Amino acid sequence: MKTTSAPLPNAQNDSPAARADLPALAGRFPSSLPDGRRAEIETQLAADENVLAHLEIDLDAGLRFADGLVLVSNRRLLARAAGQDAWQEWPYRAGLTLQRNDHAGVGTLELCDADGRLAQWRYTLGGDIAAGRLVDQFARQLAGALTGKEAAASEQALCPVCETPLMAGQDECPKCSREVDAPPSTWTLLRLWRFAHPYRWRLLAGFLLTLCATAATLVPPYLTMPLMDNVLIPYQNGKPIDRGLVTLYLSGLLGAALLAWVLGWARTYILALVSERIGADLRTTTYEHLLKLSQEYFGGKRTGDLMARIGSETDRINIFLSLHLLDFATDVLMICMTTAILVSINPWLALVTLLPLPIIAWLIHVVRDKLRTGFEKVDRIWAEVTNVLADTIPGIRVVKAFAQEKREAARFRAANLHNLEVNDKVNKVWSLFTPTVTLLTEIGLLIVWAFGIWQVSRDQITVGVLTAFLAYISRFYLRLDSMSRIVSVTQKAAAGAKRIFDILDHVSSVPEPANPVHLPRVEGRIELRNVGFRYGTRSVTRDISIDIAPGEMVGLVGHSGSGKSTMVNLICRFYDVTEGAILLDGVDIRSLPVAEYRKHIGLVLQEPFLFFGTIAENIAYGKPDATRAEIIAAARAAHAHEFILRLPHGYDSLVGERGQALSGGERQRISIARALLIDPKILILDEATSSVDTTTEKEIQKALDNLVRGRTTIAIAHRLSTLREANRLVVLDRGSVVEVGNHEQLMEREGHYYTLYQAQARNVDTEDQLARHDAAAQGERK
Amino acid sequence: MTSDYRLERNAFGRLVFTGAHGDVHEGVVPVRAFPIGAPDEGIALVNPHGHELAWIERLNDLPDALRTLVESELASREFMPEIRRVLSVSSFATPSTWRVETDRGSAALVLKGEEDIRRLAPPALLITDSNGIHFLIRDRFALDAASRKLLDRFL
Repeated sequence: MKTTSAPLPNAQNDSPAARADLPALAGRFPSSLPDGRRAEIETQLAADENVLAHLEIDLDAGLRFADGLVLVSNRRLLARAAGQDAWQEWPYRAGLTLQRNDHAGVGTLELCDADGRLAQWRYTLGGDIAAGRLVDQFARQLAGALTGKEAAASEQALCPVCETPLMAGQDECPKCSREVDAPPSTWTLLRLWRFAHPYRWRLLAGFLLTLCATAATLVPPYLTMPLMDNVLIPYQNGKPIDRGLVTLYLSGLLGAALLAWVLGWARTYILALVSERIGADLRTTTYEHLLKLSQEYFGGKRTGDLMARIGSETDRINIFLSLHLLDFATDVLMICMTTAILVSINPWLALVTLLPLPIIAWLIHVVRDKLRTGFEKVDRIWAEVTNVLADTIPGIRVVKAFAQEKREAARFRAANLHNLEVNDKVNKVWSLFTPTVTLLTEIGLLIVWAFGIWQVSRDQITVGVLTAFLAYISRFYLRLDSMSRIVSVTQKAAAGAKRIFDILDHVSSVPEPANPVHLPRVEGRIELRNVGFRYGTRSVTRDISIDIAPGEMVGLVGHSGSGKSTMVNLICRFYDVTEGAILLDGVDIRSLPVAEYRKHIGLVLQEPFLFFGTIAENIAYGKPDATRAEIIAAARAAHAHEFILRLPHGYDSLVGERGQALSGGERQRISIARALLIDPKILILDEATSSVDTTTEKEIQKALDNLVRGRTTIAIAHRLSTLREANRLVVLDRGSVVEVGNHEQLMEREGHYYTLYQAQARNVDTEDQLARHDAAAQGERK
Repeated sequence: MTSDYRLERNAFGRLVFTGAHGDVHEGVVPVRAFPIGAPDEGIALVNPHGHELAWIERLNDLPDALRTLVESELASREFMPEIRRVLSVSSFATPSTWRVETDRGSAALVLKGEEDIRRLAPPALLITDSNGIHFLIRDRFALDAASRKLLDRFL
């Protein structure tokens, strides 16, 4: 619903359901056009005119919020500028162009002809997809009108809601399903039933035990009644104590207490067991799902956030289920049972006893609510304090180098002071809370006492009944406080559940094929056919077609941001193409099972990532069952063998966190060995040598030469000199291929590549000088 | 300050810059160096490739014609609505939809998470909505009590 939810009050009333009951007009308008707009547009249209695309404008020329509309029909472009009532039209004619661009959250549509700008419309970026469709339709209709041919309809499947093109094998629009603007609702918790379902019998047993345990705890107050009336009061009136009766009642009390103890233990144990399992299932399922999601998902999320969701959010839900929900259920059961017992003993006294209850509950709730916002604030302030620490401690070298210890200390003191202030404020309410609850409870008891004494004086009840009532009532007044907590705890658990289901509901934008094709042998021929890719609303690459023969090495060259890394991500299928197709040996890679396809790809990245473990384990990451001989062979080929032997524990040395410190070049060679070991048919080098100095680069280059042999290789390199081995160079600029050829051909052409090379040749000279300078400086130090 | 360049608007609505040596650039945009801290000081004229052509120390120093041209171009590019009032929020848990009154009319924004409220130099706040639009609160203590109370729940 994002495209229609423009920040205008009147646009919010357009429900998708209401659109369905206008079949007569359906042919004339796109289905996404809200009803409120139709009547307005109807008056503007000719009899056989159809609206093909529309954009709701929400900003006027001065960038104030106002409402307008731009339409593309089969005859013309129609527009009502934002904040105005007059319509303008531009019938299709040669020379018209419609362009869109965006800056700082505002999109601009410009209609121009050869002489100048005819009109300009602005909108907030929520409407960007609609604007893209509008521009697309406009170009198509204009071409159709000029050539006289019927404009071709778009063949691509579109999302019915936001009209984003859907990718092959995708039923659900990734944009719509991701854009959840709704706040977390408590009902989300019901979805946890999916995880509770396998344990339903144990849950039922737990519930029955809760019922019995609660009933058992209600026996003792009941026994005080006969104990008072049949033993103590008669004794005061001069009758001797009946030992048999006392033994009976007291053993009854003991029995009830023991029963409550056993049942309570069994209940808590079973339910804790179940909730722990539900939590564990939730965690594993979420993590497994997370691993299957595409690179795109991870690109948009922060690591810490995802870790928190899987770790602490599941734990929070767990505690909610095993502790808070259980307590609440027990409390509710107790109140119901107590009410029943009290009413059965004496309805009038029961009424007076229970009357203050809702009032007290409400008061507690109000105070708690106040406290909750206070505590939330304390949490956030606390985060601020830790932020200062997290900022300063890793950057301690900079702090010391610039002698700013005093300032950092002042910053910390300020954050701490803020923390104190907020805490003081909260504590004012908080310190009042417990005494207030006690006071309210006492007042409730006072009422019961007063009414009870009055009834006793009129011989309506016995002293025993009054004692029993007081025993019951003091029990559940105490529970009211914990019950009032359920609201906030439930909200928190619901928010946690929502964050987890956000992950679980996310459909991978790189789906597994429904009917997978298996390639028994891979040659390594890669074809890109008219590949286009859009990231979010921005088009990153357009119409790229390249054929790469088996065993060929192709270098991708271009400025940063020209789409090189996107190409690699597309070939690795970290993302799926938006238009066109990528084929491996003539088969669309989207029809190959994802894991099987990636087995054929060896990837060497700019920043090699080593996992915690030994060097041997890291080399064998892609093939855990590799023999030691294979590992050593791969390391030798990657020129890593010798430096590994120099380490104190050789191949068994630990790397990664707190392990052996390896230099950038060494880590890179380990990652090359890792790629060599899986013996891939396709090799992708993404800036493999750009993070190291020129001497190390030569070492790595030697290792790479071994790796490249006999494999289809796609290399990105910032330094053009590293691509000297490439059979062909593909020069990219702003997402399109601008030149293809080998180094000599491209130099002769004196085009894009020539300028890039010239610019770098100058840089390389200075870099070499710097390197020499460095070496000299190091020599001096030695 | 006398300028050694000329600036004019062409039929396509783009600014055309003519330098002292007769070099012509089309589609020049003015960019503020400190859009929040010091909006009227330090404005660069930048060509479409991102290269700086001229530096304006202070907007007020410019000749009137030039200043109006730069100001109008800035006005058509800058979009940072300033929140005057927070009318309502859909929930205190995010994502939450806020209805706000800004200096550019009333609007709705979707706050994806509390981390999208950035604290600038106090008392200013910058709120980024789900579409990447920045809403500015210049002084959060100057808002009315109801708005402050709503806002406080997210801070």
